Amino acid sequence: MTTYYTKQHEWIRVDGDTGTIGITAYAAKQLGEVVYVELPEAGASFAREKDFGVVESSKTASEVFAPVSGTVIESNTPITTDLDSVNQDPEGAAWFIRMKISDPEELAGLMDAAAYAAYCEGL
Amino acid sequence: MAETATETLKRTPLYDMHVAQGAKLVPFAGYEMPVQFDGAMAEHLWTRAHAGLFDVSHMGPCFLTLADGIGGGDEAHARIAALIERLVPSDIAGLKPGQARLTVLLNDAGGILDDLIITRPLGDEAQGALYIVVNGAMKGQDWALMEATFGGAAVLTRADDRILFALQGPDAVDVLADFFPGCETLSFMQHMPFEMNGQRCIVSRCGYTGEDGFEVLIPAEAGLPLIEEIFTDARVRPIGLGARDSLRLEAGLCLYGHDLTPDVSPVEADLSWVIQKRRREIGDFPGAARILRELKDGPVRKRVGLRPLERAPAREGTEIVSGGERCGIVTSGGFGPSLDAPISMGYIPIAQANPGARVDLMVRGKPRPAEVTSLPFVPHRYKR
Repeated sequence: MTTYYTKQHEWIRVDGDTGTIGITAYAAKQLGEVVYVELPEAGASFAREKDFGVVESSKTASEVFAPVSGTVIESNTPITTDLDSVNQDPEGAAWFIRMKISDPEELAGLMDAAAYAAYCEGL
Repeated sequence: MAETATETLKRTPLYDMHVAQGAKLVPFAGYEMPVQFDGAMAEHLWTRAHAGLFDVSHMGPCFLTLADGIGGGDEAHARIAALIERLVPSDIAGLKPGQARLTVLLNDAGGILDDLIITRPLGDEAQGALYIVVNGAMKGQDWALMEATFGGAAVLTRADDRILFALQGPDAVDVLADFFPGCETLSFMQHMPFEMNGQRCIVSRCGYTGEDGFEVLIPAEAGLPLIEEIFTDARVRPIGLGARDSLRLEAGLCLYGHDLTPDVSPVEADLSWVIQKRRREIGDFPGAARILRELKDGPVRKRVGLRPLERAPAREGTEIVSGGERCGIVTSGGFGPSLDAPISMGYIPIAQANPGARVDLMVRGKPRPAEVTSLPFVPHRYKR
């Protein structure tokens, strides 16, 4: 399994043609305490870089974007009530959605962990 | 390379202390101000449970004084009050010595140019002066308006080089009474002058959180050591602008430039209570025709509380829809930590402005049900 990252601070962990997607620890820290998460229904399709969900903190509302195109298999609905988990474990238990990746070649446009760390360093 | 234009931000006398306390700083009203220390949610809850210290030195404290000098008791107060009453609809002449009042600066159309607190000093020898605090983002404009209106009759002295801080929350009175003995005897919207290290300061029992608390105006040299000592009390923590906003929203208090604008009248803003009987009877304030008409017949729209029935916060700018028609707009909105729920304020037509009425809030294009409620969301705990 390989994990890729976006400039909008999402991560996608790829296992075959399935990708698990969430927001990065950097994003969660910048947001502060999460007060609301909105996730899509299973079956919904999203093109690369389209917003599929929303995460709001006491400060601001942020859209969450699909790192690659695909169809939602499952949303992690428990995080919409266990909002603390998004601050506690954003790159683990508090994943947002699993999707079936429609075009694996799109993954080539994303960053690996080292490139993402360097990108955050520069912000 | 192109040069980047950088706005020169001012710093309050407490800037270094904020940095040392780990503040995250943001530009606000032309100043570099702390938006949070530990986290906005924790700071909010701390203030409601203990005592939070807020740096509000960016605001606009000033003194308005008769040009021919102070002293002269009630007669001098009547003269300075008559001057400021040209701009505000409140009964300033009728203030008791030591008493303060929230009011609004009005334009000729009865719209609100700013909200402010006007305090009458204690003691015959101090009459003929008013202590006024206006909003930081509006102080330049407000002071220019006052000077243009009063001409040579009054002198305006800025006091925004001093520290203005607020101590808010149920423990505020116990903490502050150690430093300003007697301040515990004040009621809400009363003040007392004190001397500290030979410097004059003003302690007022008021605030912007809905909690009991105080605001203190003090010169920087005396204020810095005082605040350092206040922070040695474990009941006190520094609070940033983030929690200040959620605290005032839960308390149903207006933020100028958002809930109050030059288009909105005090009647629409549900601030009719700032217009006392004598001023209504005489009707001698800017925009009186509109305001008296709205007092008599009711305004077209009104500021109300809105409780989203789901979890999605409805923030400023969210459209309010009733029966499929756009009927208003959210002017402040977010998450209320003490309620653990989203809350908003906005303006809606008077016909819908009844507690219990249902509206939809258009959050990211989707209608979300909400209930109209009375304000505040969290009961005030002022010392009356």
